[in-house]
Order: sequence, then C-alpha cells, then structure tokens
Amino acid sequence: MRILLVDDEAELVSTLAERLEIRGIKADWVVSGEEALARAGKENYDLAVLDIKIPRINGIRLKKKLQEKNPNMKFIFMTGHASENDFKVCSIEAGPEFYLVKPVDINTIIKKINKALKISGKKL
Amino acid sequence: MNTELDIMSESSLQFFGNVTASISHEINNVLAIINENAGLLEDFILMEDKGIPIDSARLKILAGKISTQIRRADNVVKNMNKFAHSVDKSVKRVDLNDLLKLMVTITNRSASMRGVSIELNTPENPVFITTNEFFLENYLWLCLDLAMDAVDENKSIAVNAEDGKTYVIIRFSRLKGLKDISETRVSRVTQRQDGLLRALKGRLTTDTERGEIILILPKDINR
Repeated sequence: MRILLVDDEAELVSTLAERLEIRGIKADWVVSGEEALARAGKENYDLAVLDIKIPRINGIRLKKKLQEKNPNMKFIFMTGHASENDFKVCSIEAGPEFYLVKPVDINTIIKKINKALKISGKKL
Repeated sequence: MNTELDIMSESSLQFFGNVTASISHEINNVLAIINENAGLLEDFILMEDKGIPIDSARLKILAGKISTQIRRADNVVKNMNKFAHSVDKSVKRVDLNDLLKLMVTITNRSASMRGVSIELNTPENPVFITTNEFFLENYLWLCLDLAMDAVDENKSIAVNAEDGKTYVIIRFSRLKGLKDISETRVSRVTQRQDGLLRALKGRLTTDTERGEIILILPKDINR
C-alpha cells in the first residue's frame, strides 16, 4: 500500500508521516506539487493526501495531474480554510467524506485512508 | 450604479477579508503543526508504556519545534495587531518603511502560492509620511496583486521606496509581463480604485517598457 502526503508545511507533513509510521502505515511526503508529480512518476501510489492550498499547483489541479499518471489513485483533501467553496470543490473532486480541516486528528485521518482504500478494494 | 464610496467600501472590505483569511490560514497551519508535535509526544508516551524507552534527544527536538512554531505564531499575531490598528485614525504619521515591511509580510503567503518572491528595499532611515494608513495598505496590496500577475520569468518582484522632499516614490519593478496584461486588469488598480488613490492624494503610473508600476505619494496628505 503506497501513500503520498503533500503539504507545503514540511514540519506538519513529516510529523504526520512519522505518526502514521508508528501506527504501521508507511507514507512518503513531499512539500510541493512538482515534487509530488515527480514522485508519482517513479512510484505507483494508491492514495494521496493533498493540501488544497499549495504553492503554484493547487491541490485540485495536482489531483487531476496525478490521476493522469494513475487513474486508480484515491484522494483525501486537507485544508486550513474551512470555506464553503473549498468544501464544495473537494466534495465534487473526492467526495464530501474525504475532506479534512486542519488541525487533523490522527485517528480520523486513518479512518479516511481506510475508507478510501476500501472503495478501491484495498486495505492498509 | 455604485457610487465611489460604495466601491471604496467594497474594496476595503474585500481587502480586510483577504488579509484576515490569509492570517487565519497562517495561524491554523501553526496550530496544525503544534497539534502533530503534541500528538507525537503522546505517541512516545504510549510507546514507553509498551516498553519502548523515550529518547530524550528526540524530546528536546520536539520541544524546540514547538517553541519555533509559537514564535512564528507570535509574529503573525503581532502583524495582525499592527494591521488591525491601522484603522484607528483616519490620518496619522507612519513610518513608510515599517508599513511596507508589514504589507510585504502580509502578502507573502499569497505570493508564495503564486510562486513569487518579493524583495523589499527601503531607505536606511525611517521615512515618515502623514497619510491614511489603511487606504495606503489597501492600495499597496492592490499594486502587489497586479505586480504578481505581471512578474517576469524570474518570479521575483522588487519593491523600492525612495524618499523625496515633499513626496515618496514606491516602485514595483521586474514586471516585464505588464505589457501583456489586459488594460481591464490594470484599470482595476488605476481606475476602479481612483477614489482610493484620490483619498491618498497619490499618483500611479505604469511603464510597460521598463516593467514598472510607480506610486507617488505626498509626505503629508493634509498639505
């Protein structure tokens, strides 16, 4: 099971990856859309957790580009903004249940990861 | 039809909302990082309960990371406070250097989202001007927004302040894309915000050849 975490706050995303690893979930992390695309070119990720607001390529555009590389990839969006518009866009892109507002609870994110993977017939 | 006052009010509210959203986003990011670090501390404690000893060096690093984020939040809150107090008086004496620093800091997140950096060069000594601080902040924000759309391939805007006898000049340069921007987009700053500029008794010119936006302001709007 391959998971990619994308957020421009390195401190946040690296700690989240470490906490997931403590729970037996291996996740790679990157801090930009460009890095995410480069990684996705080399690795076949099953799921990506994306911050919506990242420099240059926003999370929604990044999702579309990642999907071009891997159409089966699942997505969970994270945001610091809980705006109605963000919720609407993310609901369309990934489903309303795959939208998280920061700060994120580790157990909630694991539940969402499990749920997203279950849809594609996979599990952690 | 909107009156000039309506347009100014709308623009001011939009500006205030944008700045507040950007600041709250920044604070939220800090909280999210502290949340993860606190969670990791809890994880270490739970692991110790299961017989895995806590590495004190790791704890020290975690404490340092949390302190760094608290200092970061403190700076954000100080800037937010400075910004909020800019509406205290309609006209006051302000140090232009400080005001430009504040606006560049506030705009940095939106600049970084667009992959743009802002280099600020101010005179060594304070440059005091008597003006409407909030209107000036609003106008600088509009200029920076336009500059970000017009920035050249190096993606770096230079903002230079020059001190004159009765006026100051704020020059936004490295904007080679200015000639490619539609007049409508430019006019959102130069015309739609005419009221704002008139209230500041300022003048704005664009030099598409040199890639510059030049804002000239009186040192004292009461004169």
